[in-house]
Amino acid sequence: MGHMETFLGIDYPTLWYLVVGLLFSGYAILEGFDYGAGAWHLFLRKDLSRRIAINAIGPLWDANQVWLVIGGGALFAGFPVMYATMLSSMYIPFMLFLMLLVLRSSAIKFRSAEEMKWWRKTWDIIYFTSNVLIAFLLGVVLGNVLQGFEIGENFSYKGGIFFAFLSPYALMTGFTTLSLFMTQGAIFLLLKTEGRLHARLTLLLKKGMIFFITSFAITSLYTLVFLPGVTDKFKEQPVFFILPILAFLAVANVPRLVSKKKYFNALVFSSLTMSFLLMLVAFQLYPVLLPSTIDPKYSVTIHNAASSQKSLGIMLTIVVIGAPLLAGYFLFLYKTFHGKVKLDDTSY
Amino acid sequence: MDTEILARIQFAFTIAFHYIYPPLSIGIGLIMVITEGLYLKTGNKHYEVLTRFWLKIFAITFGIGVATGIIMEFEFGTNWAVYSRYVGDIFGSALAAEGLFAFSLESTFLGILLFGWNRVSPKVHFISAIGVFLGSMFSAVWIVVANSWQQTPAGYHIVGEGLNARAEVTDFWAMVFNPSSVDRIIHVWQGAFLAGAFLVLSVHAYYLLKGRYVEISKKAFKIALGVATIISLTQLVSGHSSADGVAENQPAKLAAMEGHYDKSAPANLYLFGWVDNKNQDVTGIALPGGLSFLVHQDFEAPITGLNAFPVEDRPGQVNAVFQFYHIMISIGMFFIALTLYASYLWWRGQLFDKIWLLQIFTFSVILPQIANQLGWFAAEMGRQPWIVYGHLRTSQGFSQEVSSNQILFSLILFLVIYSILFLLFLYSMNKKIKNGPYDEAKNPLEII
Repeated sequence: MGHMETFLGIDYPTLWYLVVGLLFSGYAILEGFDYGAGAWHLFLRKDLSRRIAINAIGPLWDANQVWLVIGGGALFAGFPVMYATMLSSMYIPFMLFLMLLVLRSSAIKFRSAEEMKWWRKTWDIIYFTSNVLIAFLLGVVLGNVLQGFEIGENFSYKGGIFFAFLSPYALMTGFTTLSLFMTQGAIFLLLKTEGRLHARLTLLLKKGMIFFITSFAITSLYTLVFLPGVTDKFKEQPVFFILPILAFLAVANVPRLVSKKKYFNALVFSSLTMSFLLMLVAFQLYPVLLPSTIDPKYSVTIHNAASSQKSLGIMLTIVVIGAPLLAGYFLFLYKTFHGKVKLDDTSY
Repeated sequence: MDTEILARIQFAFTIAFHYIYPPLSIGIGLIMVITEGLYLKTGNKHYEVLTRFWLKIFAITFGIGVATGIIMEFEFGTNWAVYSRYVGDIFGSALAAEGLFAFSLESTFLGILLFGWNRVSPKVHFISAIGVFLGSMFSAVWIVVANSWQQTPAGYHIVGEGLNARAEVTDFWAMVFNPSSVDRIIHVWQGAFLAGAFLVLSVHAYYLLKGRYVEISKKAFKIALGVATIISLTQLVSGHSSADGVAENQPAKLAAMEGHYDKSAPANLYLFGWVDNKNQDVTGIALPGGLSFLVHQDFEAPITGLNAFPVEDRPGQVNAVFQFYHIMISIGMFFIALTLYASYLWWRGQLFDKIWLLQIFTFSVILPQIANQLGWFAAEMGRQPWIVYGHLRTSQGFSQEVSSNQILFSLILFLVIYSILFLLFLYSMNKKIKNGPYDEAKNPLEII
C-alpha cells in the first residue's frame, strides 16, 4: 500500500470505518425501536392498540430506513470487498432479511386498509413475525461476523451454504439483538401512547428488560470463554474496559428513568446502550472487518477491503456535505411528529 | 440450471418488478406538485382534492418502490460479488450519494407529506411535496449514473489482475458525467413523467366516461395532457441523442438494435421486423440507409455492424434487443400522435367530446410501463456480454461461492412474494380509484 492520506491524523479507511459504524448505530437505534415496537405487536390485544402502535412509527419508519440504505451504500462504497464477501457468504440470511423487510413494509401499508377480521389477523401475524425475525437475523449476522467466516484465498467463502449461519453463538447474539430492540421498542411506544395501552406497555417493558439482561449475560459469558482473542484484545488496551462498563451503566439507568416516567431520557439511555455495545464490537474487530477462520491472512480488513484513497476522499466530502442535511431533515421530521399518537383519516 | 443464468434471471425479475413503481412515483410526484402549487396559488379547493387523492396513490407506488429498491441495493453483493468488488470504488460513491442526497430527502419528507396535513402549514406541506419529488428525481440521477458508467466507463483506471482486478476512480466528475449519463438521465426522467401522466390521464378519463367527478377530472386531465404532450415530443429528442451516443460508444449495441450485421455498410432503419440471428438476416419494413442518415445525416454512410466484433463480444439476443427497442419506439411515436391530436381538440374546445379518445386514454396507462421496461431490457441486453462494457464480462461478475440451489430458493421466494405484492398493488389501486377522491353522494362538489 502506498502513501496514506490522513485527516486529523486518522487514515481514511479508519475514518470510513467510523462513518460506517456511526451509520449502523443510527440504524440500530432508529430501526431498533421500529422493529422492536413491531416485535410486541401480538402482545397488544385490541385492534385499536395495534393501530396506535403502527401509527406511532407511521410517519417515521420510512425515514428511519434511510439509515439502512445509507449504511449499506457506505459499506459498498468504502469497503466493497467486505460488502461483497459478507453478502455472498451470508446469502440465505440476507435474502430472508430482505424479503422480510418487504413483508413488513407491506403489512404496515395494507393491514389497516380493510376491516375484515381475517385480513387484519393475517397481516398482524406477518407484521409481528417479520419484525421479530428481522431483529433476530441482524443479530445472527453480527454473531457470524464476530466469530469469523471460512474465508480462503481471494476472499472466497468455503463454509456451508444453507444452515451454517445458525451457529449457537449466532443464535445467542440473535436473541440478544431481538431483546435489545424489544426493550427499545417498548420504551418508544411508552413515549407515544396513553391510558391502558400505556399501562400494559409498562408491564411488557419489564419483561423485555429481563429478556435482554438474561440473553446479554449468557452471550457475554460465552464470548469471553469461547471467542478467541477477545480477552487478549482487552489485555492489550485495558482502557476499553470502559465500554462494557458504560453499556452496563446505561442499561441500568433505564428502569430508573421509566419509573420516573422520563421516557425520552430512557430511550436515550437505551440507545446509548446500543451504541456502547456496537463500539465494543467495533473495538473488538478493528482493523479486521471479517475474520477468516481458516487463516488470519485471509481475513477481510479495513485495508484490503477499502476503496482507493481518492474514492474515500470523495466520499468523506459527500458525508461532510450530506450529514448536516440529513440531521436537519430528521430534526424537522421528529419535531413535526412530536408527542402522543393521534389517529386521523390519513393514519394507517 | 447454472448459477450465472439463475443470478441473471433473479436480477432481471427483481429489477423489472422494482421498475414498475419508481417511475410512477416520479411521474405522479410531478402532477402532485403542480396541483398542490395551483391550490396554494388559486385557493381553489378542487386542486386540494386532487392533491390529496393522488397523494394516496403515490403512497402506494412509493412504498412498494422503496421496499423493492432496498433489495436491489443488496443484491449486487449477494449475487454479483465479483462485480461488486470490481466496481465498488466507483459504483459505491454513486450509491452513497444517492442515499445521502436523494433517498434521505424523499423518505424524511414523505412522512410530512403523508401524515402532516394537520401538523404543518400548507406552505410547508407544499415544500415537503417538492422535497419528495426532487428526492425521487435525484435518486434516479445517481442510479442512472451508476448504470451509465457500466455502459460507458469514464474517469477510472484498472488496478490489479484476475480476480483482484478492480476499477478505481481517477476523476469523479468524469465518472459522473460519463458519455451516456446525461442523455440517459433525461430519457429516464421523461419515461417516468410519461408513466405518471398517463396514469392520471387514464384514471380521469375513466371518471369522465362514467360521468363521475367531472369537474375535477377535467382539470386533472388537462394538466396531465399538458405534461404528456410536452414530454412525448421532447422524449424524441433525448431518445435520438441517446441513440447517437450508443452509435459512438457502444456500436455493437446499436448494430443489435437494428439487426445490422455487415462490418461496414450503410444501415437500414426498420419500422418493424424479425431478426434471424443464425442467418444474419432481417425481414421487415425498413427505410434503406435510414440508420446511416440518423447517425451521420447521410444515407450512404457506413455503420459498424455486428460482424466487426468477435462472436464472443456480441450481444447474444439480437432479435430480443431489436424487438424491445422497436416496440419502445413505436409506443413513443404513438404517444406523440395521441397527445398532439388530443391537444388539438383541447385547443378547439372539443377535448372531452370524443368517447373513443377517452377510452384510448383509459387503456393507454399500460403503454409507458411497457416502453420503460422494454427500453431498459434493450439497453441492458444490448450491453451484453459485458457487465462493465469492454472490461468485465457478465459471466465473470457473479458470486462464485453462491450455489444454484441457493438462488433457486431465493428466486422462488421472490416470485411468490412479488406476485402477492403485485396483486395487493392492483387491488388497492383499484379500490382507491373506485372510491374516488371523495364521496360524491355525501359531499357535492360545491361544498368542498
